[in-house]
Amino acid sequence: MKLAVMVNEGPYTHQASDTAYNFIVAALDAGHEIFRVFFYHDGVNNGTRLTTPPQDDRHIVNRWSELSNTHDLDLVVCVAAAQRRGIVDPDEAKRNGKDSDNIAPGFRISGLGQLIEAGIQADRLLVFGD
Amino acid sequence: MSETKKFMYINRRPPCGTVYPLEGLEVVLIGAAFEQEVCMVFISDGVFQLKQGQDTIDSGMKNFSPTYRALGDYEVTRLYVERESLEERGLTEADLMPLTWEDEDDDWAEKPSIQIVSRTQLSDLLEEQDVVFNF
Amino acid sequence: MLHTVNKSPFESASLKTCLGLAKSGSDILLIEDGVYGALAGTIHTTMLAEAAGTVSVYALGPDLKARGLPEDRLIPGIKVVGYDGFVELACTNDKVQSWL
Repeated sequence: MKLAVMVNEGPYTHQASDTAYNFIVAALDAGHEIFRVFFYHDGVNNGTRLTTPPQDDRHIVNRWSELSNTHDLDLVVCVAAAQRRGIVDPDEAKRNGKDSDNIAPGFRISGLGQLIEAGIQADRLLVFGD
Repeated sequence: MSETKKFMYINRRPPCGTVYPLEGLEVVLIGAAFEQEVCMVFISDGVFQLKQGQDTIDSGMKNFSPTYRALGDYEVTRLYVERESLEERGLTEADLMPLTWEDEDDDWAEKPSIQIVSRTQLSDLLEEQDVVFNF
Repeated sequence: MLHTVNKSPFESASLKTCLGLAKSGSDILLIEDGVYGALAGTIHTTMLAEAAGTVSVYALGPDLKARGLPEDRLIPGIKVVGYDGFVELACTNDKVQSWL
């Protein structure tokens, strides 16, 4: 099956990102396709490369980047939510006059249309949040 | 995209305390361009999103309640409000914003967008959907 | 339909709202803090135990274990599944409703 996942909360504060990740790993193991993972609300904070969690804890952002790389996943951070929260790629930095960007590898910034498209194209949409 | 899906946007949270209602509304407005069969549902504290007379000026926050009036123009014309949620909160339909849409198939007659439905009716509606969002 | 509930019934009305709207024959999966709703002997036990006659209730094993909740403390009839079971429930039902 083609599955789409929406992640509405950031790393560590809520379990949403962990549950979404574990669900996706299980889905991939079972042979399903992950059409897209869409990060909205505070979920965009899963896409900053500047986190430094304690060494004895899971590195949530890097884990997403690695999963994206291994399985060629489409991790999309909503542009409107990202602008509100300061998640920036080089194009957004240039467009909005910011002095740097912080997007993590494996993520891309795009519009809410990508979420709606995922709802239309996927067989199932799962939402993880607070 | 050849197939049309039934999208339901469920709103359970009140305005102001969190960003979810505002960002939820943004999804609905963007989603309206994709010509799917769309409806919004307001239950639990979500009914407060439609409360008349919201004035955020002293709180310094953005008042996005006027945006609900634009939903009709975006062809989001079915806003289901749960009767039980209203009653539990001491509200009636008269407390809600009078949201309308213009029916081009009926000489642009102005019609109410809000429909008060029972929990049982909502349960039936939920079963009919293809994609469900919660905000 | 698969309904997921991720909030403790002691914190939020999500489980109650879910049970009020879930049709007979639905699957309900308790995840994250929602697994506290699976405990027997609490003030919320009756709500879920009564519903268990018309819906199938599951609890996510890793979330129970993480919270120190052994299976013998759960309401009888609740089935414990892993993430693989979560995926299966999502695919065998026609859609998933997440009661956040």
